[in-house]
Amino acid sequence: MIPELGHLALILALGLALIQATLPLLGTFNHSATWMALARPLAYGQFTLLTIAFACLTYAFLISDFSVAYVATNSNSLLPTLYKVSAVWGAHEGSLLLWVLMMAAWGAAVALFSRHLPQITLARVIAVQGMVAVGFLLFILFTSNPFERLFPIPPEGRDLNPLLQDFGLAIHPPMLYMGYVGFSIAFAFAIAALIGGQLDAAWARWSRPWTLIAWVFLTLGIALGSWWAYYELGWGGWWFWDPVENASLMPWLIGTALIHSFAVTEKRAAFKNWTVLLAISAFSLSLLGTFLVRSGVLTSIHAFATDPTRGAFILVFLAIVIGGSLTLYAWRAPSISSGGYFALLSRETSLLINNLMFAALTIIVLFGTLAPLIYDAFGWGKISVGFPWFNKMFTVLAPGLVIVMGISPFLRWKRDRFMRLIRHLWWLVAIVLAIKLLLISQVPIGVMIGMSLAVWLLITHGASVYERLQQRDRSQFTLKAAFIQDLRGSGRSFYGMIIAHVGMALFIIGVTIVSHFAIETDVRLSPGDSHVVAGYRFEFKGAVSSTGPNYHAERGHFIVTDDNGDHVADLFPEKRAYFGGGMPMTEAAIDPGLMRDVYVALGEPLGEGDWAVRLYYKPAVRFIWLGAIFMALGGLLAMADRRYRSTSPLAQITPTIAASGSIKP
Amino acid sequence: MTIQSKRLSLFVLPLAIFIALVGLLLFGLTQDPREVPSPLIGKSIPTFNTPDLIDPSRQVTDAELRGHITLFNVWASWCPACKAEHPMLMQLAQQAGIQLIGLNWKDERSAALQVINSTGNPYLFIGYDRDNRVGLDWGVYGAPETFIIDRAGIIRHKHIGPIDQTVWDDTLAPLIKTLQAEPHSP
Repeated sequence: MIPELGHLALILALGLALIQATLPLLGTFNHSATWMALARPLAYGQFTLLTIAFACLTYAFLISDFSVAYVATNSNSLLPTLYKVSAVWGAHEGSLLLWVLMMAAWGAAVALFSRHLPQITLARVIAVQGMVAVGFLLFILFTSNPFERLFPIPPEGRDLNPLLQDFGLAIHPPMLYMGYVGFSIAFAFAIAALIGGQLDAAWARWSRPWTLIAWVFLTLGIALGSWWAYYELGWGGWWFWDPVENASLMPWLIGTALIHSFAVTEKRAAFKNWTVLLAISAFSLSLLGTFLVRSGVLTSIHAFATDPTRGAFILVFLAIVIGGSLTLYAWRAPSISSGGYFALLSRETSLLINNLMFAALTIIVLFGTLAPLIYDAFGWGKISVGFPWFNKMFTVLAPGLVIVMGISPFLRWKRDRFMRLIRHLWWLVAIVLAIKLLLISQVPIGVMIGMSLAVWLLITHGASVYERLQQRDRSQFTLKAAFIQDLRGSGRSFYGMIIAHVGMALFIIGVTIVSHFAIETDVRLSPGDSHVVAGYRFEFKGAVSSTGPNYHAERGHFIVTDDNGDHVADLFPEKRAYFGGGMPMTEAAIDPGLMRDVYVALGEPLGEGDWAVRLYYKPAVRFIWLGAIFMALGGLLAMADRRYRSTSPLAQITPTIAASGSIKP
Repeated sequence: MTIQSKRLSLFVLPLAIFIALVGLLLFGLTQDPREVPSPLIGKSIPTFNTPDLIDPSRQVTDAELRGHITLFNVWASWCPACKAEHPMLMQLAQQAGIQLIGLNWKDERSAALQVINSTGNPYLFIGYDRDNRVGLDWGVYGAPETFIIDRAGIIRHKHIGPIDQTVWDDTLAPLIKTLQAEPHSP
């Protein structure tokens, strides 16, 4: 009964979505306040129905109702409860349900928190969201119904893919989806603005906090995925340029360009066309990512379920949503004023460079991901673009981006003077050059470049904070008081930017050090043997069989000691065979540290108690994820800026703007 | 620039790029990603020399694959699809005119032997390739995979995924019939 209830809730949600996509939007054209007023309750209703559907599916997992096909293929009565819950989104059908649920949650959040938004804008935003929801709900109901029954009822489920039975991966998809789907808000605002023909500072100010929070989720989601791949795949790598990883990186890159572009649109009313195109692109790339993952067009380590009819459906959906919005853009955008004038040397220019660089990086990733398909289509043979190509392209472009990042906070809006800039920057440049000279004979050139870029970011941002506070200091504050006052006032987005950029510096440090100084050794060890890697002695005490709730494992025991013979850690890597079958899983054992990770993974048993063992020393690898956490914190702080709250005096201009809109008296 | 030409140059461009992308993806949908053509088809089999799974003291080599029409089947105990195709292989083992040679791939001897002991051995010989040394030369990228080899030792076909009745009837059986009709090579 419960699964049917869930199915019914989904059907009703589709009905509501159809109304949501049409009536409020029509209301904005025929000036019916009643129709427009429907937007809010419809958004809440949509969210409620999808919550019910999701709860029904979760319940089916919790009671192991194997009469539901989706439960039978993705769960097992032995599965620990946590993974029974995460199994809900462990495969195609459920992850789509999570996707629409989250989109409805974002819609409801907009309806709830945007009380100051003019009714006409809200109606359009909610309607655009409704249109996207219609597509996804049709897709779920017609090709991927998670509530489909199975007969005869199997006595036991097939079990969740063992790769996914892990805490990191249990929370990775929801985070990632929050980001993907969160961009639907920026998209909906952009489309609403295009429909109304109004792209102004107010539009940017409304969209910006929503885009920031989506970007924060996406940042954390990608970082979690990278962390998961690091410890769960047992290869010690943190990024594989896998099509599915790329699918999440592309919206992130464009999203990053978008949050910067919004700054210009909000403060200087410039870059409107750019901003709206980026907002459309960010969500389009999220949809494209879904297509790539779900259609099986590209093979990948992540390809769980692939089905060409589903692919065809998503492609049609993609063509309608993205094609439609780009057509709207091509039609409306040329008539939008290009906004304020700015000189060649200005903060606008530096942000334009940022936009172009991020767009270029996105195109590189898109090309690299689709290259096998492009080559195939033109009959150039089968190729796959690997690691080296992506790494090369990024290391060529990224330094330029980072140099501009350091200069940008010092630049003035609209017009700046070169000599003024030199006066502010010469000593910072001197410091970095000095570091370069100092390092050049000591370390590989890659390390020299990476570290000096990181230092450049850190000192320029430190100096720009100091400068900002000093300007206030003149009045009456001490530096500390000025800082606190600034944080209370409108300085949060500034400090958010600083923190996120410091995160970038940490990320660069991590990537530079781990890619040059990591040591990876594969050795054969007998019980009692030991092996030294980077000053750490790994003593293998042997492996014993053990049994988990739903797997057998060979559990190795390693004692790690350092140079002085002091005990560092006892590590217990495992090789697991899940009862449900499939490839044996490697559970790496890691002794984490800020400055280094010590990493052991069991390879293959070689007989007589011997094992092939992977021993890794990974210096500064944590900086990579720490950097991502800083970026996310920066995003959160920027979002908390006072001017995004309805109580802010700036919000008072909204009624005037709304009045000048398309509602005629 | 006039609005018109500006529209054409700048604003239609994203749409055009997107349309090209849709065309590409549409093409991608019509392709089967499982169909990775093997560069080995039409070529002579790679040489190999690997211990026998059942009797480690003896070696299985490419010589066993020559002179007969051979199904060279890559399998592993950890692979569910191999379990699914096993009964079909047992049935094929009875077929006259073809020989079935197995390659136990990236597996553990004990686990593999247990499968053979409990479900039967359809193979004439089974090479044991724990470290993917043979698999690498043969371009094996998953299990199960089956290579069809003619009497001259030329790889004529590679099937990715389990062999079931449909695959057998539609693809493999007709191919083997043609191979059988070919004259014995000197």
